[in-house]
Amino acid sequence: MKSTVTTRDAGDVKIIELHGKITIGAGDQQMREAIHAALNGGCRKLLVDMKDVSTIDSSGVGELVGCFTTATHKGAKLKLVNLPPKISDVLTVTQLITVFDVFQDEKEAVASFG
Amino acid sequence: MTETSGPILLWLSSRYENLELAQAVLSHLCRQAGVGEETEHWIGVALREAVANAIKHGNHQDPGKRVYLSFRLEGDDLMIVVGDEGEGFEPGDVPDPLAPENQLKTSGRGIFYMKTFMDDVSFSRGELGGTILAMRKSLRPVEGGKGVETR
Repeated sequence: MKSTVTTRDAGDVKIIELHGKITIGAGDQQMREAIHAALNGGCRKLLVDMKDVSTIDSSGVGELVGCFTTATHKGAKLKLVNLPPKISDVLTVTQLITVFDVFQDEKEAVASFG
Repeated sequence: MTETSGPILLWLSSRYENLELAQAVLSHLCRQAGVGEETEHWIGVALREAVANAIKHGNHQDPGKRVYLSFRLEGDDLMIVVGDEGEGFEPGDVPDPLAPENQLKTSGRGIFYMKTFMDDVSFSRGELGGTILAMRKSLRPVEGGKGVETR
């Protein structure tokens, strides 16, 4: 599956939808560019929807962590929603699942930003 | 699976596009061997980490340098070897990605994922330099169902 990133708004929350592989040389860069574009555009509430992510590698995980750190430094919040079990497993074994706010429901996730 | 199959050998140029080729060969092999989707997925994650490391850290993305890849079925085990033409490295120098001070680093998790999702991972120095990474995964079904079979 080709990697793509799409964005949409839910109020003042920017929802960044990832599709396909978030892996080195492909989806990892697209994800970073989309998140940085939202941050540079002034968005401070970002929700990354991973429902359609088929696989993620260490490079994709690293980019996600880097985006989280960048967002935090800018006073923004970056949260995750709809993690497929395999993606959740990858974040769990490296104990990163505790770093992110993770939701299974988009409405609940959007509401959590306040 | 009890047969021992001959190896599949590949030489890949150091381009990330070739990760897809490596994954396709793995999928073919797993289908032939009757490996479940769950197990194939996690082997694929480890394989992509190994080949990506060889391309990025071993060969520094020099397309003139090659990545050696072999797959071999030995009884119930899948053996994967990945070699590069780089300078070699000391795996003991890689920081623990679970250490609190490394938790938010943007790199350094690839070897950890390989070791997590495969049964054995070892590193050695190639005869002409570079790193040889050997990984083993038992394909014997494990009781416990989905997910458990990979750990």
